Amino acid sequence: MSQEHAFVLPNSGHNFDAKSSKMGMWLFLYTELLLFGGLFLVYMIYRYLNQDAFLLASFELNVWMGATNTIVLLTSSMTIAMAITALQKGNKKLSITLSWVTIAAAIVFLVIKYFEWGAKFEHGYFPGMDHYNELPHGERLYFYLYFFMTGLHAVHVIVGAVFILFVIRGIQKGKVTKDRYSLLENSGLYWHLVDLIWIYLFPLFYLIH
Amino acid sequence: MTVAALSQPNFFQAKKGIASWLFTLDHKRIGLLYLYSIGFFFIVAAGLGVLMRLELLNPGRDLIDAQTYNQVFTLHGVIMIFLFIIPSIPAVFGNFALPLLLGTDDVAFPKLNLISWWLYVIGALFALFTLFYGDGPADTGWTFYAPYSVRTGTNVSMTVMAAFVLGFSSILTGLNFIVTIHRLKTPGMGFNQMPLFAWSLYATAWIQLLATPIIGITLLMIVAERVLGIGLFDPSIGGDPILYQHLFWIYSHPAVYIMALPAMGIVSEVIPTFAQRTIFGYKAIAYSSMAIAFVGYFVWGHHMFTSGMSGPAGFIFSILTFFVAIPTAVKVFNWVATLYKGSISIEVPLLFALAFIFNFSIGGLTGLVLGALATDVHVHDTHFVVAHFHYVMFGGAGFAFFGALHYWFPKIWGKMYNKAMANLAFILLFIGFNLTYFPMLIVGIMGMPRRYYDYLPEFHEMNMLSTFGSWIMITGLIIMIINLVVSKQRGAKVSGNPWNGITLDWQTSSPPPLHNFDKMPVLPEGGPYNYPDAISTHEEKEKKDDE
Ligand code: HEM
Ligand SMILES: [Cu+2]
Repeated sequence: MSQEHAFVLPNSGHNFDAKSSKMGMWLFLYTELLLFGGLFLVYMIYRYLNQDAFLLASFELNVWMGATNTIVLLTSSMTIAMAITALQKGNKKLSITLSWVTIAAAIVFLVIKYFEWGAKFEHGYFPGMDHYNELPHGERLYFYLYFFMTGLHAVHVIVGAVFILFVIRGIQKGKVTKDRYSLLENSGLYWHLVDLIWIYLFPLFYLIH
Repeated sequence: MTVAALSQPNFFQAKKGIASWLFTLDHKRIGLLYLYSIGFFFIVAAGLGVLMRLELLNPGRDLIDAQTYNQVFTLHGVIMIFLFIIPSIPAVFGNFALPLLLGTDDVAFPKLNLISWWLYVIGALFALFTLFYGDGPADTGWTFYAPYSVRTGTNVSMTVMAAFVLGFSSILTGLNFIVTIHRLKTPGMGFNQMPLFAWSLYATAWIQLLATPIIGITLLMIVAERVLGIGLFDPSIGGDPILYQHLFWIYSHPAVYIMALPAMGIVSEVIPTFAQRTIFGYKAIAYSSMAIAFVGYFVWGHHMFTSGMSGPAGFIFSILTFFVAIPTAVKVFNWVATLYKGSISIEVPLLFALAFIFNFSIGGLTGLVLGALATDVHVHDTHFVVAHFHYVMFGGAGFAFFGALHYWFPKIWGKMYNKAMANLAFILLFIGFNLTYFPMLIVGIMGMPRRYYDYLPEFHEMNMLSTFGSWIMITGLIIMIINLVVSKQRGAKVSGNPWNGITLDWQTSSPPPLHNFDKMPVLPEGGPYNYPDAISTHEEKEKKDDE
């Protein structure tokens, strides 16, 4: 109220400031990295202590499914980057389409993940299941970390996709525009993080021999 | 301009109704929401502390049995750490004062700020919830060490989830402050014109941001281990309990600086105001905050000297721990030098600041005893440690919190508390505090372990002293709280700037209007603490004396 009588910086928190929101997003990404960082640390230590068991267990994973998912995510990172450029150039429609493509990629990723996990469940590899309990300790740790880390990553995929969905609505409503695209940019940044974490998870679980 | 100023309602009057508080986006109101909720939990946990002291009055069982005692000290520790001291100064006074000190109208993300408070409330409810079902609150100690935390039947998962949610709240507050400090300083203010409290919040915010996620993920692993029974930390199923301790302290040592740095920031505001004199070594104080934050990341191992650690690792952690003492001592010397030949007015906030220096010095020096490999083996897990961390967290950060409360009280409510009562409360608190905890140092060196409801007869006298001390201390606390609550209603009205401060928070009316400043605040020439007619050098002072 009575804004006229008050001293308010143009980029005040109650107005809109693209730079602030981008800086905030970057800071948030640091915390995300550290969240996964703790898990990577645990992975590193137990991998070092159980090298053979981790190797054996990793043969159970389907490299092709993992590789497909990697390609899907990499592509989606590209489409969201293109969506940002499209919006910056004023092509609202293209931007929305490309954002939808990104969300579609997220869904494909999750579907493939579902089948991957489903196969593991069928063979009883989930912690607590019969087959799991018969495995030697090192392999149990491997599967535990596998489910924990890819599961947490999948949660991030869902969050990222929902974020992009919100931004699409924002574009349609004219809240996210050519001159005010930072929300889309932020969702893109977040999406790149989701991608980046997978880029590490994939070799750690599927490829190292 | 005065006409406009008068017509501006203050932030209490600007909106009415309970919803205007619970969903407010005003940083001042959010700060007060935090004050009330944090204050409530502090009172609850202080009650638990007094209860423990009562049990320890005599050897053997007086009041509560062993299991209850375990749960009481855990709940006391969890509330004091996660619900009181970590959020305390940043969430209450950071929120209230940071935008004022920077000369701006709010934090960078007001909505996120409100979300942080709601997360705090949710986390707090989780913690309280553990009281009412199953086997009751956790009995592991606030450290949740594995394997016990994996095996006990008490509500560890819920407690841990509370800490997780509270961690999120803390991260978001830190994020908000970093962006605010980068983006929203008033025109003309650079980093080196920023008040030192803002500097300390900045350093703190980086720790909140970069250390808290580690505890978050570690606590999730505890929950997963409890639910799924995987041997991550429990050695009987192949896990490594030492790994848990590392992960826990990678956060929890830096967390000590989340408590201490803002407190140091408060002291750096209070001392120049009541000495009416430029702070000595502005840059040294500002940068030493950053140095403490940085070095503080690499010392966590000093909590684990006795739990199995290689010789070289112990040596390195020990040396680094000693390094942290250096920037801390730099600050102490600067504060003392600021007081030297200042025109000091001994008001309650200054008393708390001085008590901070005294108590924190004892806490810091006993910290060196614990950081040295050989002596730590002797006093590890004794009451010496209990006394040490109370000196740092309560005598240090807690007293600074009370000091800040008395410092900004007239700013927040535009009224003054009863100073005689406040002085009385301070004296009781200070004496009671030292009487409670100094005997613990002695009894700890004698070998009394912590976390037991019982002890050997030879520790009796010291424990009696300590319990008497806790009564004096609680009397002081009660007087302080009553005095503040009564004065908030009936205190005498004061001018906008009763302490004659020159930081920007004092340039607006008290209580401030909704948007803080009617016009652009004017930066003091030559730095935030450059008191216009203060005597800044020894020679000037002598010249003035000669005249
Ligand atoms: C009314 C004031 C207080 C009293 C009387 C008090 C007393 C105690 C006592 C007797 C213990 C348990 C000692 C043991 O058997 O191991 C304890 C533990 C503890 N206190 Fe306090 N305390 C007070 C305030 C505080 C404050 C302000 C903080 C933090 C800011 C704090 C943090 C802790 C922590 C972290 C523990 C360790 C809990 C554990 O072992 O897991 N206390 N306190
Ligand atoms: Cu430490």
